[in-house]
Amino acid sequence: MESFFFGVALALAVILLIPFYRVYRGPAVGDRLLGAAAAGTKTLTLVLLIGVLYDRLDMFVDISMGYAILNFAGVIAMSKYFRTQTTARR
Amino acid sequence: MEFWANLLAGAFIVGGLFFMLVGSVGIVRLPDFYTRAHAAGKVDTLGIMLFIAGLIVYEGWTLVSAKLALISVFIALTSPVATHHMLRRALAYGLKPWTRP
Repeated sequence: MESFFFGVALALAVILLIPFYRVYRGPAVGDRLLGAAAAGTKTLTLVLLIGVLYDRLDMFVDISMGYAILNFAGVIAMSKYFRTQTTARR
Repeated sequence: MEFWANLLAGAFIVGGLFFMLVGSVGIVRLPDFYTRAHAAGKVDTLGIMLFIAGLIVYEGWTLVSAKLALISVFIALTSPVATHHMLRRALAYGLKPWTRP
């Protein structure tokens, strides 16, 4: 079960990198924000998985909960802050 | 019994991983901000909820499981709300939806 979780963590780390393409390229501001939010919610599951691997899930679950709240508040704050939706770079 | 619980947990986790992969590919591949938000808001949420369900099955009846269920409920509430808020902002500030050319 240990090696299974390690493989899942590796696959999750690769999946986590895919939305950063949208953060780098995305034409609108919202696209970049969307990619960052998707990467953030996937990071939460990666934190949980690290907790399982270290056998300290009781500690990492609290970190993950805080990360979920921080991610939500950050996305809401940034999407209220950006007023333009211009296409920055094609 | 232990073996079957682990098998169920593994099935849930692999299913969650698959849905997260689909969500990531959708964010990169779809043509427009609104369709991308569709991929990020629903498919990713389903993947993360499946993943956390797998971890709950692996962990059993403990306090950690209750906290994991709490995280799952929180994600199910907030991830679509955040995506919807971004969408409303984009629509209000005049980002045109994609149409078939």
